[in-house]
Order: sequence, then C-alpha cells, then structure tokens
Amino acid sequence: MSSTPTARGMTDPLDTPVPAMRPLLAMRSVSKLFSNGTQALADVSLTVRSGEFVSLLGPSGCGKSTALRIIAGLGGVTTGSIDWPSTRINPNGKPESDISFVFQEPTLLPWRNVFENVYLPLQLKGISRRAAAAVVDDALKTVGLTDFRQAYPRELSGGMKMRVSIARAMVTRPKLLLMDEPFASLDEITRQKLNDDVLTLWAETGVSVIFVTHSVFESAYLSTRIVVMKARPGRIHEDFEVNRGAVRDEEFRTSESYRSTCERVSHSLQNAMHGESVRGKALHGAGAH
Amino acid sequence: MANGNGLGASRDLALRILTPLAVVGLLVVIWWAGVKLTATPVYILPDPITVVAALVRDWQILWPAFLVTAEITLVSLGLALVGGSIFAILLVQSRWIELAFYPIAVVLQVTPIVAISPLILIYAPTTQVALLICAFLVAFFPILSNMVQGLKSVDHNHLNLFELYGASRLQTLWHLKIPAAQPYFMTGLKIGGGLSLIAAVVAEFAAGSAGAGSGLAFRLLESQFRLNIPRLFAALLMLSALGVAIFAATSFVAWLVLHRWHESSVEREN
Repeated sequence: MSSTPTARGMTDPLDTPVPAMRPLLAMRSVSKLFSNGTQALADVSLTVRSGEFVSLLGPSGCGKSTALRIIAGLGGVTTGSIDWPSTRINPNGKPESDISFVFQEPTLLPWRNVFENVYLPLQLKGISRRAAAAVVDDALKTVGLTDFRQAYPRELSGGMKMRVSIARAMVTRPKLLLMDEPFASLDEITRQKLNDDVLTLWAETGVSVIFVTHSVFESAYLSTRIVVMKARPGRIHEDFEVNRGAVRDEEFRTSESYRSTCERVSHSLQNAMHGESVRGKALHGAGAH
Repeated sequence: MANGNGLGASRDLALRILTPLAVVGLLVVIWWAGVKLTATPVYILPDPITVVAALVRDWQILWPAFLVTAEITLVSLGLALVGGSIFAILLVQSRWIELAFYPIAVVLQVTPIVAISPLILIYAPTTQVALLICAFLVAFFPILSNMVQGLKSVDHNHLNLFELYGASRLQTLWHLKIPAAQPYFMTGLKIGGGLSLIAAVVAEFAAGSAGAGSGLAFRLLESQFRLNIPRLFAALLMLSALGVAIFAATSFVAWLVLHRWHESSVEREN
C-alpha cells in the first residue's frame, strides 16, 4: 500500500506530494516480550509517512500503547528494529527532539503553573525562560489557554488540563506527535472539541500523529489511516487508508464518507476481536488441564 | 466551609482562635479552683497564679536556660534537615548506596538515644556538642525516611515524560524528584521538629549537666530535687511554649511551600 499515491484534500497540510511520501519512521518486525512472559507485540511492521494521521485501534491488550511507547523510546524492543530515515539520532539511540508524547493522563507537574508546565520541555533543553516565553505563549494561544497561564493544574478542568498537555507536546514543534488514548477519560462534548483542536493543530503544523484509541468513531473521524490491531499476542490485523480527501467539518460527522469509514473500521475490529476470542478459548482449553 | 466572603472567613478565624483559648482558660480556672478547694500544698501542686509568679520571679534563671535548650533544638533540627535531605538524595541515586547505608541509618534510629548518650558524652568534646549530637540523631531519621519515600514516590508517567524529553539525572532530580518530595519533606520537618525538642530534653536529662550552660531540662530536674514545684511548672510552661512555636513555624513553612498546589494545604472547595 505504500506505493499508492495519496490524493489529499484541501485541509491536508501536506498537499505537496514529495514530503508526504517520505517515510518518517519504520517499525520492522518488532516484537516485545515483557519480563512476566507476556508477548505484547509479535512481528509488527509499520511505516508512517510525514503528515499522516494514523490511529492504532484495537481491543485492550492488543499492544497499541506498547507500540506507541516503543516508538517513543520508552522501553526497547525484544526483536526487530525501528528506523528513522529522515531524523537525526542522538547518542542514546533516540530520535532527537522530534517526538512528543501526550499521555492518557495530562501528566502535568502539580507544583508548576500552566506556563511553567508548557515551558518544561524547553527548560530541559536549556532554553531560558525569557527566550522561551514567546513560544510558550504561542502554544498556549493555540489551545486557547492564554488567560490561564498563571493557573495551577488543580484549578483546571479535565479538558483544560489535556489542552495544557497538548500545548506542552507542541511547544517543541515536533515532527511526530504520539497520543495514547488522550481523551479517554473526558466527556463526549469535550472530547469532540479536543478532537477538532487536534485536527486543527495537525493541519496547521504538518505534524504526523499516531493516535491510540479504542473508539471506532474517534479513529474514523480523525485519521487518514487506521491500523486495527488484535490481542494475544499484539499484532496488526488490518491497515488501511480512510477519509481520502475529506474535509473534517460539522458536516463530516453526518456524511456518507464518515459513515462508511465507521462501518468498515467497526467490521474490521469485530473480525479482529472474533479471531481473538476463538483463539482465547483454544488457549484456555489448553491451559485448563 | 466559610471561605467565600470575608465576613465568614474572619468569623471562622475568630472561632478557631477563641474556642481553644476558652477551653484552656476553663481548664486553668478548674485547676485553680481544685487547688484552692482541696488545699493542696504548693510542693505537690501549685495553683496557676503561683506558677506565673514563679515564672516572673525566676526569669533570670529560666530565660538563659530556655535559650540553651532552644539553640540545641533548632541547630540540631537544622542539621538534621540538611543532613537528612542530602543523605536521602544520595541514597536514591543508586540501589547499591541504599543497600549499603540504609541499614546503618535504621540501626541508629532503633537504638534508644538514651542508651548511647553516655557514650556520646564521653566522646564529644563538650556537653553542648553531645546534646546536639543526640538531638540530631533523633530528628535525622524521620526526615531521612520521609525524604527517601518522597523521592521514590514520583509518578511513573512523570518519569516517562522526563525520559522522553531527554532530561539528565540532575534535571530529573531538580525539576521532578525534589519538588515531588516536598510534601514528604514537610511531614518529616513537622515530625523532626517535635522530636528534636524531645531529644534535646531527654539528652539533657541523661547528661545531667549543671552550671551556667545548662538548659531547661536541667532546671526542671533541679527544681524537682529542691521541691521548688512552681519553678518546675514554669520551666515546663516554657518548654511547651517552645514546642508550640516549633510546631507553628514548621506548619507555616509547610503551608507556605505547598498551599499553591498540594491537596493537603488546599481548602476543599464545596
């Protein structure tokens, strides 16, 4: 499928085809075995190109979060490798300053106010507060939290905390944004608003996104490509492009294109889970003696 | 909770100050009445007025003693704060350092300080230094163990975040572990503050030092030997005052540091 030229829509940031074709990262036959014997990932190969919005979707235990953490460099692979064809690699073997991570929880430092939380990644790079101020304020502006720069995390709602977390991720101007079920604990209205915010950020900055979710609708709404995974061991079930050329606006949620994507994703996910349950029974039977 | 309007808040504050004062006043009246009604002799239980009179009359003796005890307590607490924090930071740097030194710290802690004070008295150059060492040893451990606990209880997601941004060990320590340990440090500070006073008094009892440089604990014992019970009560009163002052100061410091962000110092908003 990597040979398929992508037709991209008006809102797509990477209308220019050349950078769009360049692979940003390539996981090659990655397996991950945890020390307790759990096979979290088995032979996962995934290539992500610049400007893509890839959702990793699957039942719990399918290794989607593990895959994301491995890409982020948090915990190595057991076998296989991850290549970064267009990125400088630092001596620790990690891609340099091009990745940001948004965790499931906002993971803000409670003793720092909003400004200081967003400033953190730049501070750790040794950039002075004064030099970073404009960039930080800019990041806060894009998530609409300029008025809350002096507030402490405990004073913010769940959705606002997540916005701060996103601003912190974007403040380093990453090439790749990894999001691990970032809105799972938010209410539906807040989640939709944040989904739109993420899409705006993606369109405006040209960042590539890998988005882990267990929501069919979320993945169908956001992605240019959906990777359905199945569990025990975690592996890729199906990998397909969606919403080709679609403009995500108010009408998109009721459009035929969105509906058919939802159907396709839902169907694929059911297949993945069904395969898993048959396999699960077989394993259970074998382990029962 | 009255935290909305200023009137409610000030009334709340007034109640919080007046209620305990009223209770203490009542107890003092009962004390006074009890002594008067039963005609208890002054060498067994003096009435409160006699105690205050003794405090005023013996001020020239008690105040220097107070300063001695206060100095030992505060200096030992300060040393324990600095030493405990530094040692805790060293301990969490490596599993090997912790394995090697933590047991020694525990042995020092569980050995009753009174039992080793005779040795300290022999080895220390002066009695003052011996008392300081005793009080330090007692206050040191709660600060150490709380600080170690705090440095280790950093949220794993925060550690992941710092790893992801390529933070150095020093950066992780300074920007993550030490701030995250602040609530634990404050707990250690409060416990250590109380214990250092206790240790200073106990050590002075054990040392039994007399003369010009003696503290409140010695004045207390001396008063007992001489059956000068009003002065004993006066010394006791000053020790309590010192304890309350230390408690108030440590609580204030904890509030000052934590009130912007930590749940323990934030008023519940409902």
